Amino acid sequence: MSETTVRIQKICRDTVKTRLIIFGTLALLLVACSLFAEHLCPYDPYLQDLSNAKAAPSAEHIFGTDRYGRDMLSRVIVGSRTSIFSTLLLVAIITVIGTVIGVFCGWHGKWIDTVLMRISDMFLAFPGLVFALAVAGVLGGGLQNAIIALAAISWPKYARIARSQTLAQKETTYLKAAKLAGDSTAKIIFKHILPNIIGPILVTSMLDIGTMMMELAGLSFLGLGAKPPIAEWGSMMSDTRSLLTTVPWVTFAPGLAIFISVMVFNLLGDTIRDYADPKSRGR
Amino acid sequence: MKPILKVENLTKVFSRRGQPDFTAVKNVSFELMTGECLGIIGESGSGKTTLVNMITRLLDATEGSIILRGEDITHINGKELRTVYRKMQMVFQTPTDSFDPRRKLGDSIGESLRNNGMSVSESKQNVTRLLKMCGLPAEFAGRYPHQVSGGQCQRAAIARAIAIKPELLVLDEATSALDVTIQKEILELLTMLKDELHMSYLFICHDIALVQQFCDRVLVMYKGSIVEQGRPDDVIQNPKDDYTKRLIDSIL
Repeated sequence: MSETTVRIQKICRDTVKTRLIIFGTLALLLVACSLFAEHLCPYDPYLQDLSNAKAAPSAEHIFGTDRYGRDMLSRVIVGSRTSIFSTLLLVAIITVIGTVIGVFCGWHGKWIDTVLMRISDMFLAFPGLVFALAVAGVLGGGLQNAIIALAAISWPKYARIARSQTLAQKETTYLKAAKLAGDSTAKIIFKHILPNIIGPILVTSMLDIGTMMMELAGLSFLGLGAKPPIAEWGSMMSDTRSLLTTVPWVTFAPGLAIFISVMVFNLLGDTIRDYADPKSRGR
Repeated sequence: MKPILKVENLTKVFSRRGQPDFTAVKNVSFELMTGECLGIIGESGSGKTTLVNMITRLLDATEGSIILRGEDITHINGKELRTVYRKMQMVFQTPTDSFDPRRKLGDSIGESLRNNGMSVSESKQNVTRLLKMCGLPAEFAGRYPHQVSGGQCQRAAIARAIAIKPELLVLDEATSALDVTIQKEILELLTMLKDELHMSYLFICHDIALVQQFCDRVLVMYKGSIVEQGRPDDVIQNPKDDYTKRLIDSIL
């Protein structure tokens, strides 16, 4: 290999690392923002001031105020708690449930595998959001039910990845060696299989954060997620969409927040995928 | 002399829906004496690996029985099977693949010791001793499988197999993936360990010359059955079965 190729590879690798640092920091900032939301917002996000309703963006109210005179910036910041936190919770739930089911199916095999995989096929056969709408409709609105609805349609993807990875691991020689070393089934699964399959699963869940954020906001927009007056980006947009032609900033502020967060988490997911792929890193 | 391993009418049938049954191993019976080195030769697909996988219980036998030190191990499972692995260990064909890529060699070598109640620090000392015994420096315990060569990795695999002081060591093509000089070194190591630890070997190989050098007795397998057995020199100089003749002709 010539010196130039080596150098190019090195730069490429470093770019991945740089991207990882940049997007990782941005994502952490967003999470921190949602953690310390109350301390960050300049005004009480629920305080109404009708005399100052529908004010245009100014030095005092950077994103303006909504129809009740509430400060949009404060509402967007507080809304990040609902939006970002519920998304992370949702992704964590589906990752854990999907992985557990997938590893179990892959390891156990036989009829239980067939049954669980056909059930996951059924979930995959429905158009996702429509099914979530139906679930949320049956359970009633509310953020908690929206999370349950989205979790119900999203776990099969993880179960399938975990299952196929487990099946591949089962055939490896080192698993036979572990068996000969006297490892119990639990030890084989937790010490050998999980560490070897967790990479692709984590990458998938990182890439899913953006999608889930959109879907959760989408459900809220349709009135099946967070209920007003709770600040949530999706419901805030829905709440103010009739004002779009007269005071557009009240819709733009939460929209921008969704746009930025989804982009940051998607780019972070992409970067982690590149970083986890040994081919893109060289050796 | 007492047999350490007795295999009786062992048969493996692979059945798949929509396909005719395939008999990989047919009615195989043999005995392995204590302290003996028994070779099994045969071409690829002759059922050698299926046979040893059944003996080490990585694969369930369709029929027949496996008796290790007087105990029938054909159908035992779980905890009982794990105790059997204190007496019987195996070295695999592909050294690098036989180690978990995410764990250090030392962790993998000491695993059987820790599983049998040894403390972490004690097992670490043992790993160092085992590595030295197999001709590797102690710092190899901290390396990952992809950081060492195939020959070194196979030495580590042997260290792992002998860690628990087994009575029977199954070597499934343990030297096949290595080049000739390394092959010789590994065989020398195995000869030395055999005397030192009083082990019996079941040596699977497709190289008849290696078997002649290394084994006391040889079984020739063809299409899932044993077609001939005897001392390697006798079998090579005076083959009785047609397949054995062809096998020997193809080399000489």
